Amino acid sequence: MKVSSLTQVKKVSKFASIAVAALIVAGCSGQVKTDAEVDDASAASTSPASTGSQITGINAENVGDLQSVYYFEFDQSVIRSEALPSLALHAQFLAQNSAAAVRLEGHADEQGTREYNIALGERRAQAVEQFFIGRGVGGNQVETISYGEEKPDFSGLASKSRRVEVRYTAK
Amino acid sequence: MFKRFCITLAALFSISVNAEVFVEVVEGIEEPTHIAVVPFGWDGDNALSEDVSAIISNDLRQSGMFKLMAEQDMLSSPERQDQIFFRDWRISGNDYMLVGSLKPSATGVSAHVELFDILSEQKIWAQDIDSEGASLRDVAHYIADQVFQKITGIRGAFSTQVVYVTAQGRGDSRKYRLQMADSDGARSQTILSSNEPIMSPTWSRDGKKLAYVSFETDRPVIYIHHWETGVRQSIQSFKGLNGAPAWDPTGNKLAIVLSKDGNPEIYVLNLISGSLERITRHYGIDTEPTWSPDGRSILFTSDRAGRAQIYSVDLASRVTKRLTFKGSYNSRGRLTQDGRFLTMVHQDSAGYHIAVQELKSGNLRILTSSKDDESPSISPNGVVVMYATKQGGKGVLAGVSLDGKIKFTMPSSLGEVREPAWSPFLN
Repeated sequence: MKVSSLTQVKKVSKFASIAVAALIVAGCSGQVKTDAEVDDASAASTSPASTGSQITGINAENVGDLQSVYYFEFDQSVIRSEALPSLALHAQFLAQNSAAAVRLEGHADEQGTREYNIALGERRAQAVEQFFIGRGVGGNQVETISYGEEKPDFSGLASKSRRVEVRYTAK
Repeated sequence: MFKRFCITLAALFSISVNAEVFVEVVEGIEEPTHIAVVPFGWDGDNALSEDVSAIISNDLRQSGMFKLMAEQDMLSSPERQDQIFFRDWRISGNDYMLVGSLKPSATGVSAHVELFDILSEQKIWAQDIDSEGASLRDVAHYIADQVFQKITGIRGAFSTQVVYVTAQGRGDSRKYRLQMADSDGARSQTILSSNEPIMSPTWSRDGKKLAYVSFETDRPVIYIHHWETGVRQSIQSFKGLNGAPAWDPTGNKLAIVLSKDGNPEIYVLNLISGSLERITRHYGIDTEPTWSPDGRSILFTSDRAGRAQIYSVDLASRVTKRLTFKGSYNSRGRLTQDGRFLTMVHQDSAGYHIAVQELKSGNLRILTSSKDDESPSISPNGVVVMYATKQGGKGVLAGVSLDGKIKFTMPSSLGEVREPAWSPFLN
Protein backbone atom coordinates (compact mmCIF):
# COMPACT_ATOMS: atom_id res chain seq x y z
CA MET A 1 0.00 0.00 0.00
CA LYS A 2 1.53 3.22 -1.14
CA VAL A 3 0.23 6.44 0.30
CA SER A 4 1.94 9.65 -0.71
CA SER A 5 2.59 12.16 1.99
CA LEU A 6 0.30 14.65 0.31
CA THR A 7 -2.79 12.42 0.17
CA GLN A 8 -2.02 11.28 3.66
CA VAL A 9 -2.33 14.79 4.99
CA LYS A 10 -5.42 15.49 2.95
CA LYS A 11 -7.24 12.41 4.10
CA VAL A 12 -6.30 12.74 7.70
CA SER A 13 -7.67 16.25 7.78
CA LYS A 14 -11.04 14.84 6.81
CA PHE A 15 -11.22 12.44 9.66
CA ALA A 16 -9.13 13.79 12.45
CA SER A 17 -10.16 16.73 14.55
CA ILE A 18 -9.30 20.13 13.17
CA ALA A 19 -6.68 20.64 15.84
CA VAL A 20 -4.90 17.43 14.94
CA ALA A 21 -5.21 18.12 11.24
CA ALA A 22 -3.69 21.55 11.73
CA LEU A 23 -0.87 20.03 13.69
CA ILE A 24 -0.16 17.47 11.00
CA VAL A 25 -0.33 20.08 8.29
CA ALA A 26 2.09 22.22 10.28
CA GLY A 27 4.42 19.25 10.56
CA CYS A 28 3.99 18.66 6.86
CA SER A 29 6.15 21.59 5.91
CA GLY A 30 9.00 19.20 6.04
CA GLN A 31 7.91 16.42 8.22
CA VAL A 32 5.37 13.75 7.26
CA LYS A 33 7.30 10.67 6.34
CA THR A 34 7.28 9.05 2.96
CA ASP A 35 6.40 5.39 2.74
CA ALA A 36 10.01 4.45 2.50
CA GLU A 37 10.65 6.24 5.74
CA VAL A 38 7.56 4.80 7.41
CA ASP A 39 8.52 1.31 6.35
CA ASP A 40 11.84 1.90 7.98
CA ALA A 41 10.25 3.53 11.00
CA SER A 42 11.62 1.12 13.57
CA ALA A 43 15.11 2.09 12.51
CA ALA A 44 14.13 5.72 12.76
CA SER A 45 13.02 5.30 16.32
CA THR A 46 16.35 3.93 17.34
CA SER A 47 18.26 6.67 15.57
CA PRO A 48 16.59 9.93 16.45
CA ALA A 49 19.37 11.77 14.66
CA SER A 50 17.70 10.92 11.37
CA THR A 51 14.78 13.15 12.24
CA GLY A 52 17.00 15.74 13.80
CA SER A 53 15.36 18.35 15.98
CA GLN A 54 12.39 18.75 13.66
CA ILE A 55 8.87 18.31 15.04
CA THR A 56 7.84 14.73 14.30
CA GLY A 57 4.14 15.59 14.07
CA ILE A 58 2.88 12.60 16.01
CA ASN A 59 3.82 12.10 19.63
CA ALA A 60 2.55 10.83 22.96
CA GLU A 61 0.66 14.05 23.57
CA ASN A 62 -1.32 14.19 20.36
CA VAL A 63 -1.57 10.57 19.29
CA GLY A 64 -4.64 10.31 21.49
CA ASP A 65 -6.33 12.91 19.31
CA LEU A 66 -6.10 10.70 16.24
CA GLN A 67 -9.08 8.83 14.99
CA SER A 68 -9.30 5.66 17.05
CA VAL A 69 -12.38 3.85 15.72
CA TYR A 70 -12.30 2.34 12.23
CA TYR A 71 -15.41 0.96 10.54
CA PHE A 72 -15.75 -2.03 8.24
CA GLU A 73 -18.13 -3.24 5.53
CA PHE A 74 -20.65 -5.96 6.30
CA ASP A 75 -18.97 -9.35 6.80
CA GLN A 76 -15.62 -7.86 5.67
CA SER A 77 -12.28 -7.51 7.40
CA VAL A 78 -10.55 -5.37 4.77
CA ILE A 79 -9.45 -1.98 6.06
CA ARG A 80 -11.28 0.80 4.23
CA SER A 81 -8.96 2.97 2.17
CA GLU A 82 -9.98 6.13 4.00
CA ALA A 83 -8.76 4.60 7.27
CA LEU A 84 -5.24 4.00 5.99
CA PRO A 85 -3.73 7.50 6.43
CA SER A 86 -4.85 7.74 10.02
CA LEU A 87 -3.80 4.17 10.81
CA ALA A 88 -0.44 4.96 9.23
CA LEU A 89 0.05 7.71 11.80
CA HIS A 90 -0.72 5.30 14.63
CA ALA A 91 1.80 2.93 13.09
CA GLN A 92 4.35 5.68 12.79
CA PHE A 93 3.98 6.61 16.44
CA LEU A 94 4.21 3.02 17.59
CA ALA A 95 7.18 2.31 15.39
CA GLN A 96 8.97 5.34 16.75
CA ASN A 97 8.10 4.58 20.36
CA SER A 98 8.87 0.97 21.11
CA ALA A 99 7.57 1.37 24.68
CA ALA A 100 4.14 2.35 23.37
CA ALA A 101 1.55 -0.39 23.03
CA VAL A 102 -1.98 -0.74 21.70
CA ARG A 103 -4.87 -3.04 22.18
CA LEU A 104 -6.91 -3.53 19.03
CA GLU A 105 -10.51 -4.39 19.85
CA GLY A 106 -12.44 -5.99 17.01
CA HIS A 107 -16.23 -5.87 16.88
CA ALA A 108 -19.06 -7.06 14.65
CA ASP A 109 -22.70 -6.18 14.14
CA GLU A 110 -25.46 -8.52 15.29
CA GLN A 111 -26.04 -10.29 11.97
CA GLY A 112 -24.91 -13.90 11.97
CA THR A 113 -24.18 -16.09 14.97
CA ARG A 114 -22.24 -14.93 18.02
CA GLU A 115 -19.36 -17.34 17.61
CA TYR A 116 -18.94 -16.43 13.96
CA ASN A 117 -18.97 -12.76 14.89
CA ILE A 118 -16.27 -13.29 17.49
CA ALA A 119 -14.15 -14.75 14.69
CA LEU A 120 -15.04 -11.88 12.38
CA GLY A 121 -14.11 -9.28 15.00
CA GLU A 122 -10.77 -11.02 15.43
CA ARG A 123 -10.14 -10.95 11.67
CA ARG A 124 -10.74 -7.20 11.71
CA ALA A 125 -8.40 -6.63 14.63
CA GLN A 126 -5.80 -8.83 12.93
CA ALA A 127 -6.11 -6.81 9.71
CA VAL A 128 -5.14 -3.67 11.63
CA GLU A 129 -2.41 -5.56 13.48
CA GLN A 130 -0.92 -6.76 10.19
CA PHE A 131 -1.04 -3.22 8.81
CA PHE A 132 0.88 -1.99 11.84
CA ILE A 133 3.45 -4.76 11.72
CA GLY A 134 3.93 -4.14 8.01
CA ARG A 135 4.91 -0.61 8.97
CA GLY A 136 7.55 -1.57 11.45
CA VAL A 137 5.54 -1.87 14.65
CA GLY A 138 6.85 -4.60 16.92
CA GLY A 139 4.59 -7.61 17.41
CA ASN A 140 4.95 -7.22 21.18
CA GLN A 141 3.45 -3.72 20.96
CA VAL A 142 0.14 -4.96 19.61
CA GLU A 143 -2.49 -7.01 21.36
CA THR A 144 -5.74 -8.02 19.70
CA ILE A 145 -9.03 -9.00 21.24
CA SER A 146 -12.41 -9.66 19.69
CA TYR A 147 -15.70 -8.88 21.36
CA GLY A 148 -17.75 -10.03 18.38
CA GLU A 149 -21.26 -8.64 18.64
CA GLU A 150 -21.20 -8.50 22.45
CA LYS A 151 -20.38 -4.79 22.71
CA PRO A 152 -22.41 -3.05 20.05
CA ASP A 153 -21.84 0.64 19.41
CA PHE A 154 -23.77 2.90 21.76
CA SER A 155 -25.93 4.05 18.84
CA GLY A 156 -27.02 0.48 18.17
CA LEU A 157 -26.32 1.05 14.45
CA ALA A 158 -24.92 -1.96 12.63
CA SER A 159 -22.62 0.19 10.50
CA LYS A 160 -21.09 1.67 13.67
CA SER A 161 -20.78 -1.69 15.39
CA ARG A 162 -18.58 -3.22 12.64
CA ARG A 163 -15.38 -1.67 13.91
CA VAL A 164 -11.91 -1.87 15.35
CA GLU A 165 -11.04 0.40 18.25
CA VAL A 166 -7.39 1.36 18.76
CA ARG A 167 -6.70 1.77 22.46
CA TYR A 168 -3.31 2.71 23.85
CA THR A 169 -2.23 0.72 26.86
CA ALA A 170 1.14 2.53 27.00
CA LYS A 171 2.40 5.68 25.31
CA MET B 1 -34.62 -36.68 44.70
CA PHE B 2 -35.95 -33.21 45.44
CA LYS B 3 -33.71 -32.95 48.42
CA ARG B 4 -30.58 -33.67 46.50
CA PHE B 5 -31.47 -31.20 43.79
CA CYS B 6 -32.40 -28.49 46.22
CA ILE B 7 -29.21 -28.84 48.21
CA THR B 8 -27.25 -28.71 44.99
CA LEU B 9 -28.82 -25.42 44.04
CA ALA B 10 -28.71 -23.87 47.46
CA ALA B 11 -25.03 -24.61 47.91
CA LEU B 12 -24.12 -22.76 44.81
CA PHE B 13 -25.35 -19.28 45.05
CA SER B 14 -26.05 -16.52 47.41
CA ILE B 15 -28.21 -14.73 44.99
CA SER B 16 -31.34 -12.76 44.54
CA VAL B 17 -34.20 -14.80 43.16
CA ASN B 18 -36.83 -13.27 40.97
CA ALA B 19 -39.31 -14.35 38.37
CA GLU B 20 -37.62 -12.46 35.61
CA VAL B 21 -38.83 -14.39 32.62
CA PHE B 22 -42.37 -15.54 32.09
CA VAL B 23 -43.76 -17.83 29.47
CA GLU B 24 -46.48 -16.83 27.10
CA VAL B 25 -47.84 -19.35 24.62
CA VAL B 26 -48.45 -17.62 21.31
CA GLU B 27 -49.39 -20.58 19.19
CA GLY B 28 -50.42 -24.13 19.97
CA ILE B 29 -51.26 -27.33 18.15
CA GLU B 30 -54.63 -27.51 16.46
CA GLU B 31 -56.13 -30.20 18.66
CA PRO B 32 -54.62 -30.09 22.11
CA THR B 33 -55.53 -32.59 24.78
CA HIS B 34 -58.16 -31.18 27.14
CA ILE B 35 -57.30 -31.56 30.78
CA ALA B 36 -58.79 -30.29 34.03
CA VAL B 37 -56.26 -29.68 36.80
CA VAL B 38 -58.51 -29.27 39.83
CA PRO B 39 -57.11 -26.94 42.52
CA PHE B 40 -55.49 -29.14 45.18
CA GLY B 41 -56.89 -29.26 48.68
CA TRP B 42 -54.64 -28.13 51.55
CA ASP B 43 -54.97 -29.46 55.06
CA GLY B 44 -52.67 -27.10 56.97
CA ASP B 45 -52.79 -24.05 59.17
CA ASN B 46 -50.74 -21.53 57.21
CA ALA B 47 -51.08 -20.60 53.56
CA LEU B 48 -48.70 -22.45 51.24
CA SER B 49 -45.81 -20.63 49.58
CA GLU B 50 -46.72 -21.90 46.13
CA ASP B 51 -49.90 -22.73 44.25
CA VAL B 52 -48.94 -26.26 43.20
CA SER B 53 -51.86 -26.96 40.88
CA ALA B 54 -51.40 -23.58 39.17
CA ILE B 55 -47.73 -24.36 38.46
CA ILE B 56 -48.72 -27.77 37.04
CA SER B 57 -51.36 -26.10 34.85
CA ASN B 58 -48.86 -23.55 33.61
CA ASP B 59 -46.28 -26.22 32.75
CA LEU B 60 -48.79 -28.23 30.75
CA ARG B 61 -50.10 -25.11 29.00
CA GLN B 62 -46.54 -24.04 28.13
CA SER B 63 -45.92 -27.31 26.34
CA GLY B 64 -48.60 -26.23 23.87
CA MET B 65 -49.96 -29.77 23.84
CA PHE B 66 -52.68 -29.21 26.44
CA LYS B 67 -55.78 -27.09 26.79
CA LEU B 68 -56.45 -26.36 30.46
CA MET B 69 -59.98 -26.11 31.80
CA ALA B 70 -60.66 -22.73 33.43
CA GLU B 71 -61.04 -23.01 37.19
CA GLN B 72 -64.25 -20.99 37.27
CA ASP B 73 -65.92 -23.48 34.90
CA MET B 74 -65.40 -26.36 37.32
CA LEU B 75 -68.60 -27.44 39.08
CA SER B 76 -66.81 -29.10 41.97
CA SER B 77 -63.35 -29.44 43.47
CA PRO B 78 -62.75 -33.14 44.06
CA GLU B 79 -59.50 -34.11 45.76
CA ARG B 80 -59.72 -37.86 45.26
CA GLN B 81 -61.51 -40.50 43.20
CA ASP B 82 -64.57 -41.02 45.41
CA GLN B 83 -65.40 -37.30 45.13
CA ILE B 84 -65.47 -37.26 41.32
CA PHE B 85 -68.75 -37.28 39.38
CA PHE B 86 -67.32 -38.37 36.05
CA ARG B 87 -70.49 -37.53 34.13
CA ASP B 88 -70.10 -33.84 34.95
CA TRP B 89 -66.48 -33.83 33.77
CA ARG B 90 -67.35 -35.73 30.58
CA ILE B 91 -69.90 -33.05 29.71
CA SER B 92 -67.23 -30.39 30.23
CA GLY B 93 -65.36 -31.83 27.24
CA ASN B 94 -62.23 -32.85 29.06
CA ASP B 95 -60.17 -35.92 28.22
CA TYR B 96 -58.21 -36.12 31.47
CA MET B 97 -58.35 -34.72 34.98
CA LEU B 98 -55.82 -34.38 37.75
CA VAL B 99 -56.92 -34.13 41.37
CA GLY B 100 -54.86 -33.94 44.51
CA SER B 101 -54.44 -32.84 48.07
CA LEU B 102 -51.60 -31.49 50.16
CA LYS B 103 -50.95 -31.85 53.86
CA PRO B 104 -48.16 -31.02 56.27
CA SER B 105 -45.57 -33.75 56.80
CA ALA B 106 -42.64 -34.17 59.15
CA THR B 107 -40.23 -32.82 56.54
CA GLY B 108 -42.41 -30.36 54.65
CA VAL B 109 -45.50 -31.09 52.65
CA SER B 110 -46.85 -34.34 51.29
CA ALA B 111 -48.95 -34.47 48.16
CA HIS B 112 -51.35 -37.14 46.97
CA VAL B 113 -52.28 -36.89 43.30
CA GLU B 114 -54.48 -38.96 40.97
CA LEU B 115 -54.76 -38.74 37.19
CA PHE B 116 -57.88 -40.02 35.43
CA ASP B 117 -59.00 -40.78 31.90
CA ILE B 118 -62.45 -39.24 32.10
CA LEU B 119 -64.10 -41.27 29.35
CA SER B 120 -63.07 -44.65 30.71
CA GLU B 121 -63.11 -43.45 34.35
CA GLN B 122 -59.79 -45.23 34.75
CA LYS B 123 -57.12 -44.11 37.16
CA ILE B 124 -53.98 -43.74 35.03
CA TRP B 125 -51.56 -42.73 37.73
CA ALA B 126 -51.55 -41.99 41.45
CA GLN B 127 -48.70 -41.15 43.77
CA ASP B 128 -47.81 -39.88 47.23
CA ILE B 129 -44.97 -37.40 47.10
CA ASP B 130 -43.17 -35.88 50.06
CA SER B 131 -41.35 -32.62 49.44
CA GLU B 132 -38.64 -33.59 51.97
CA GLY B 133 -37.94 -29.92 52.54
CA ALA B 134 -37.63 -29.05 48.86
CA SER B 135 -39.58 -26.29 47.23
CA LEU B 136 -43.18 -26.95 46.30
CA ARG B 137 -42.20 -25.76 42.82
CA ASP B 138 -40.03 -28.85 42.48
CA VAL B 139 -42.96 -30.99 43.57
CA ALA B 140 -45.25 -29.26 41.06
CA HIS B 141 -42.78 -29.68 38.16
CA TYR B 142 -42.34 -33.34 39.08
CA ILE B 143 -46.11 -33.92 38.96
CA ALA B 144 -46.33 -32.06 35.63
CA ASP B 145 -43.55 -34.30 34.26
CA GLN B 146 -45.48 -37.43 35.29
CA VAL B 147 -48.76 -36.20 33.82
CA PHE B 148 -47.02 -35.23 30.58
CA GLN B 149 -45.38 -38.64 30.29
CA LYS B 150 -48.51 -40.65 31.16
CA ILE B 151 -50.57 -38.85 28.53
CA THR B 152 -48.09 -38.18 25.69
CA GLY B 153 -45.68 -41.06 26.23
CA ILE B 154 -42.81 -38.56 26.18
CA ARG B 155 -40.68 -37.88 29.23
CA GLY B 156 -41.56 -34.50 30.72
CA ALA B 157 -38.87 -31.83 30.93
CA PHE B 158 -40.52 -29.38 33.32
CA SER B 159 -38.07 -30.13 36.14
CA THR B 160 -35.15 -28.94 34.06
CA GLN B 161 -33.29 -25.65 34.14
CA VAL B 162 -32.35 -23.09 31.54
CA VAL B 163 -29.20 -20.99 31.69
CA TYR B 164 -29.04 -17.83 29.61
CA VAL B 165 -27.17 -14.54 29.32
CA THR B 166 -28.66 -11.09 29.76
CA ALA B 167 -27.21 -7.72 28.82
CA GLN B 168 -28.59 -4.51 30.23
CA GLY B 169 -27.64 -0.93 29.51
CA ARG B 170 -25.41 0.55 26.85
CA GLY B 171 -21.81 1.55 26.46
CA ASP B 172 -19.68 1.46 29.60
CA SER B 173 -22.65 0.93 31.91
CA ARG B 174 -23.59 -2.31 30.14
CA LYS B 175 -24.06 -5.17 32.60
CA TYR B 176 -23.85 -8.83 31.62
CA ARG B 177 -25.40 -11.59 33.69
CA LEU B 178 -25.35 -15.36 33.54
CA GLN B 179 -28.78 -16.43 34.75
CA MET B 180 -30.35 -19.76 35.61
CA ALA B 181 -34.10 -20.36 35.86
CA ASP B 182 -36.64 -23.17 35.88
CA SER B 183 -37.68 -24.16 32.37
CA ASP B 184 -40.84 -22.09 32.91
CA GLY B 185 -38.72 -19.01 33.62
CA ALA B 186 -39.44 -18.92 37.35
CA ARG B 187 -36.84 -18.75 40.13
CA SER B 188 -34.33 -16.90 37.98
CA GLN B 189 -30.98 -16.57 39.74
CA THR B 190 -27.81 -14.72 38.85
CA ILE B 191 -24.81 -17.03 38.59
CA LEU B 192 -22.34 -14.38 37.45
CA SER B 193 -22.59 -10.64 36.99
CA SER B 194 -19.94 -8.71 35.06
CA ASN B 195 -19.22 -5.47 33.26
CA GLU B 196 -17.62 -7.53 30.51
CA PRO B 197 -19.33 -9.98 28.12
CA ILE B 198 -20.38 -13.48 29.12
CA MET B 199 -20.94 -16.01 26.35
CA SER B 200 -21.59 -19.57 25.28
CA PRO B 201 -22.99 -21.32 28.39
CA THR B 202 -23.26 -25.07 27.92
CA TRP B 203 -24.20 -27.96 30.23
CA SER B 204 -22.31 -31.20 30.58
CA ARG B 205 -24.41 -34.25 29.70
CA ASP B 206 -24.79 -35.26 33.37
CA GLY B 207 -25.93 -31.75 34.33
CA LYS B 208 -23.17 -31.41 36.94
CA LYS B 209 -21.04 -28.85 35.14
CA LEU B 210 -21.56 -25.70 33.15
CA ALA B 211 -18.91 -24.25 30.84
CA TYR B 212 -19.02 -20.67 29.61
CA VAL B 213 -16.81 -17.84 28.41
CA SER B 214 -16.27 -14.69 30.43
CA PHE B 215 -14.31 -11.57 29.47
CA GLU B 216 -14.08 -10.39 33.08
CA THR B 217 -10.27 -10.33 32.94
CA ASP B 218 -10.42 -8.31 29.69
CA ARG B 219 -9.69 -11.48 27.78
CA PRO B 220 -11.92 -14.37 26.77
CA VAL B 221 -11.42 -17.20 29.25
CA ILE B 222 -13.37 -20.47 29.43
CA TYR B 223 -14.65 -21.30 32.90
CA ILE B 224 -16.18 -24.48 34.29
CA HIS B 225 -18.74 -24.17 37.06
CA HIS B 226 -19.11 -27.32 39.15
CA TRP B 227 -22.66 -27.27 40.50
CA GLU B 228 -22.18 -29.73 43.35
CA THR B 229 -19.19 -28.01 44.92
CA GLY B 230 -19.78 -24.47 43.70
CA VAL B 231 -16.16 -24.45 42.52
CA ARG B 232 -15.37 -22.33 39.51
CA GLN B 233 -12.38 -23.37 37.48
CA SER B 234 -10.76 -21.55 34.59
CA ILE B 235 -9.11 -23.57 31.88
CA GLN B 236 -5.80 -22.66 30.32
CA SER B 237 -6.26 -19.78 27.93
CA PHE B 238 -4.30 -18.97 24.82
CA LYS B 239 -3.56 -15.93 22.72
CA GLY B 240 -6.58 -14.97 20.62
CA LEU B 241 -9.99 -16.56 20.78
CA ASN B 242 -10.90 -18.96 23.57
CA GLY B 243 -14.50 -19.85 23.03
CA ALA B 244 -17.48 -21.98 22.09
CA PRO B 245 -16.95 -24.80 24.64
CA ALA B 246 -18.84 -28.06 24.03
CA TRP B 247 -18.83 -31.07 26.35
CA ASP B 248 -18.21 -34.56 25.07
CA PRO B 249 -20.72 -37.18 26.31
CA THR B 250 -18.41 -38.27 29.16
CA GLY B 251 -17.86 -34.76 30.52
CA ASN B 252 -14.10 -35.38 30.47
CA LYS B 253 -13.37 -33.46 27.29
CA LEU B 254 -14.26 -30.06 25.94
CA ALA B 255 -14.27 -29.13 22.29
CA ILE B 256 -13.19 -25.50 22.15
CA VAL B 257 -12.29 -22.89 19.57
CA LEU B 258 -8.82 -21.34 19.69
CA SER B 259 -7.13 -18.99 17.27
CA LYS B 260 -3.66 -19.35 18.78
CA ASP B 261 -2.35 -20.64 15.46
CA GLY B 262 -3.70 -17.68 13.53
CA ASN B 263 -7.35 -18.35 12.79
CA PRO B 264 -10.22 -20.12 14.58
CA GLU B 265 -9.84 -23.89 14.73
CA ILE B 266 -11.57 -26.62 16.71
CA TYR B 267 -9.49 -28.29 19.42
CA VAL B 268 -10.32 -30.99 21.96
CA LEU B 269 -9.07 -30.41 25.49
CA ASN B 270 -8.86 -33.49 27.69
CA LEU B 271 -9.70 -32.17 31.16
CA ILE B 272 -8.21 -35.23 32.88
CA SER B 273 -4.83 -35.37 31.15
CA GLY B 274 -4.64 -31.72 30.11
CA SER B 275 -3.77 -32.70 26.55
CA LEU B 276 -4.89 -30.47 23.70
CA GLU B 277 -5.56 -31.88 20.27
CA ARG B 278 -6.15 -29.86 17.14
CA ILE B 279 -9.09 -31.18 15.11
CA THR B 280 -9.60 -28.81 12.18
CA ARG B 281 -7.00 -27.35 9.83
CA HIS B 282 -8.33 -24.70 7.51
CA TYR B 283 -7.71 -21.02 6.86
CA GLY B 284 -11.47 -20.35 7.06
CA ILE B 285 -13.42 -19.82 10.25
CA ASP B 286 -14.12 -23.12 12.03
CA THR B 287 -16.29 -22.68 15.11
CA GLU B 288 -19.42 -23.70 17.04
CA PRO B 289 -18.42 -27.30 17.79
CA THR B 290 -20.93 -29.78 19.19
CA TRP B 291 -20.47 -33.50 19.81
CA SER B 292 -22.53 -36.27 18.29
CA PRO B 293 -24.37 -38.18 21.06
CA ASP B 294 -22.03 -41.18 20.62
CA GLY B 295 -18.96 -38.95 21.04
CA ARG B 296 -17.41 -40.23 17.82
CA SER B 297 -17.68 -37.07 15.81
CA ILE B 298 -17.80 -33.32 16.22
CA LEU B 299 -20.10 -31.10 14.23
CA PHE B 300 -18.93 -27.56 13.55
CA THR B 301 -19.63 -24.49 11.46
CA SER B 302 -17.15 -23.45 8.78
CA ASP B 303 -17.07 -20.83 6.06
CA ARG B 304 -14.56 -22.92 4.09
CA ALA B 305 -17.00 -23.16 1.17
CA GLY B 306 -17.61 -19.41 1.11
CA ARG B 307 -20.39 -18.94 3.62
CA ALA B 308 -21.20 -20.77 6.84
CA GLN B 309 -22.32 -24.39 6.57
CA ILE B 310 -22.31 -27.23 9.10
CA TYR B 311 -19.77 -30.03 8.83
CA SER B 312 -19.03 -33.22 10.70
CA VAL B 313 -15.57 -34.60 11.40
CA ASP B 314 -15.11 -38.21 12.42
CA LEU B 315 -12.60 -38.15 15.27
CA ALA B 316 -11.01 -41.52 14.45
CA SER B 317 -10.61 -41.17 10.70
CA ARG B 318 -10.61 -37.35 10.59
CA VAL B 319 -12.85 -37.56 7.54
CA THR B 320 -14.82 -34.33 7.26
CA LYS B 321 -18.14 -34.14 5.47
CA ARG B 322 -20.59 -31.35 4.86
CA LEU B 323 -24.04 -31.89 6.39
CA THR B 324 -26.07 -28.88 5.23
CA PHE B 325 -26.76 -27.98 1.63
CA LYS B 326 -30.10 -26.20 1.59
CA GLY B 327 -29.71 -22.42 1.71
CA SER B 328 -26.58 -20.31 1.55
CA TYR B 329 -26.06 -20.09 5.31
CA ASN B 330 -26.51 -22.70 8.05
CA SER B 331 -24.74 -22.53 11.36
CA ARG B 332 -24.62 -23.41 15.05
CA GLY B 333 -25.84 -26.97 14.80
CA ARG B 334 -27.21 -28.88 17.78
CA LEU B 335 -28.28 -32.54 17.66
CA THR B 336 -31.17 -34.20 19.43
CA GLN B 337 -30.12 -36.88 21.92
CA ASP B 338 -31.13 -39.63 19.51
CA GLY B 339 -28.87 -38.08 16.88
CA ARG B 340 -31.67 -37.98 14.32
CA PHE B 341 -32.32 -34.25 14.07
CA LEU B 342 -30.01 -31.30 13.64
CA THR B 343 -31.27 -27.87 14.62
CA MET B 344 -29.49 -24.83 13.28
CA VAL B 345 -29.66 -21.18 12.37
CA HIS B 346 -30.74 -20.99 8.72
CA GLN B 347 -30.66 -17.84 6.65
CA ASP B 348 -33.01 -17.12 3.78
CA SER B 349 -33.94 -13.86 2.06
CA ALA B 350 -36.12 -12.89 5.04
CA GLY B 351 -33.46 -13.31 7.70
CA TYR B 352 -32.10 -15.82 10.21
CA HIS B 353 -34.50 -18.55 11.33
CA ILE B 354 -34.38 -21.73 13.39
CA ALA B 355 -34.52 -24.82 11.19
CA VAL B 356 -34.32 -28.56 11.75
CA GLN B 357 -32.87 -31.14 9.40
CA GLU B 358 -33.51 -34.84 9.57
CA LEU B 359 -30.00 -36.15 9.06
CA LYS B 360 -30.95 -39.38 7.33
CA SER B 361 -33.14 -37.84 4.64
CA GLY B 362 -31.54 -34.39 4.57
CA ASN B 363 -35.02 -32.84 4.73
CA LEU B 364 -34.92 -29.34 6.15
CA ARG B 365 -37.85 -27.68 7.86
CA ILE B 366 -37.78 -24.00 8.76
CA LEU B 367 -39.47 -23.72 12.14
CA THR B 368 -39.66 -19.97 12.72
CA SER B 369 -40.69 -17.00 10.64
CA SER B 370 -39.06 -14.32 12.81
CA LYS B 371 -35.85 -12.97 11.27
CA ASP B 372 -33.30 -12.57 14.08
CA ASP B 373 -33.34 -16.07 15.53
CA GLU B 374 -30.20 -17.66 16.95
CA SER B 375 -28.69 -20.00 19.55
CA PRO B 376 -31.06 -22.99 19.32
CA SER B 377 -30.99 -25.28 22.38
CA ILE B 378 -33.01 -28.49 22.43
CA SER B 379 -35.05 -29.64 25.45
CA PRO B 380 -33.69 -32.92 26.85
CA ASN B 381 -36.85 -34.75 25.74
CA GLY B 382 -36.34 -33.53 22.18
CA VAL B 383 -39.75 -31.85 22.03
CA VAL B 384 -38.93 -28.15 22.02
CA VAL B 385 -36.10 -25.94 20.75
CA MET B 386 -35.48 -22.83 22.80
CA TYR B 387 -33.77 -19.98 20.98
CA ALA B 388 -33.05 -16.28 21.16
CA THR B 389 -34.93 -13.82 19.01
CA LYS B 390 -35.90 -10.15 18.87
CA GLN B 391 -39.25 -8.81 19.94
CA GLY B 392 -39.77 -5.08 19.49
CA GLY B 393 -36.03 -4.73 18.94
CA LYS B 394 -35.23 -6.42 22.24
CA GLY B 395 -33.63 -9.82 22.74
CA VAL B 396 -36.01 -12.41 24.21
CA LEU B 397 -36.11 -16.19 24.52
CA ALA B 398 -38.65 -18.19 22.57
CA GLY B 399 -39.46 -21.83 22.01
CA VAL B 400 -40.73 -23.89 19.11
CA SER B 401 -41.57 -27.56 18.93
CA LEU B 402 -39.49 -29.70 16.57
CA ASP B 403 -42.62 -30.16 14.45
CA GLY B 404 -43.05 -26.38 14.28
CA LYS B 405 -46.55 -26.50 15.71
CA ILE B 406 -45.95 -25.11 19.20
CA LYS B 407 -44.47 -21.67 19.74
CA PHE B 408 -43.99 -19.64 22.90
CA THR B 409 -42.04 -16.60 24.00
CA MET B 410 -40.46 -15.79 27.36
CA PRO B 411 -40.35 -12.01 27.62
CA SER B 412 -37.91 -10.67 30.19
CA SER B 413 -37.81 -7.57 32.28
CA LEU B 414 -34.03 -7.69 32.59
CA GLY B 415 -32.70 -6.27 29.33
CA GLU B 416 -31.60 -8.34 26.38
CA VAL B 417 -31.82 -12.10 26.82
CA ARG B 418 -29.75 -14.45 24.69
CA GLU B 419 -27.95 -17.79 24.40
CA PRO B 420 -30.34 -20.14 26.19
CA ALA B 421 -28.79 -23.45 27.25
CA TRP B 422 -31.36 -26.04 28.25
CA SER B 423 -30.11 -28.42 30.91
CA PRO B 424 -30.22 -32.19 30.53
CA PHE B 425 -32.61 -34.16 32.76
CA LEU B 426 -31.49 -33.44 36.30
CA ASN B 427 -33.33 -36.19 38.19
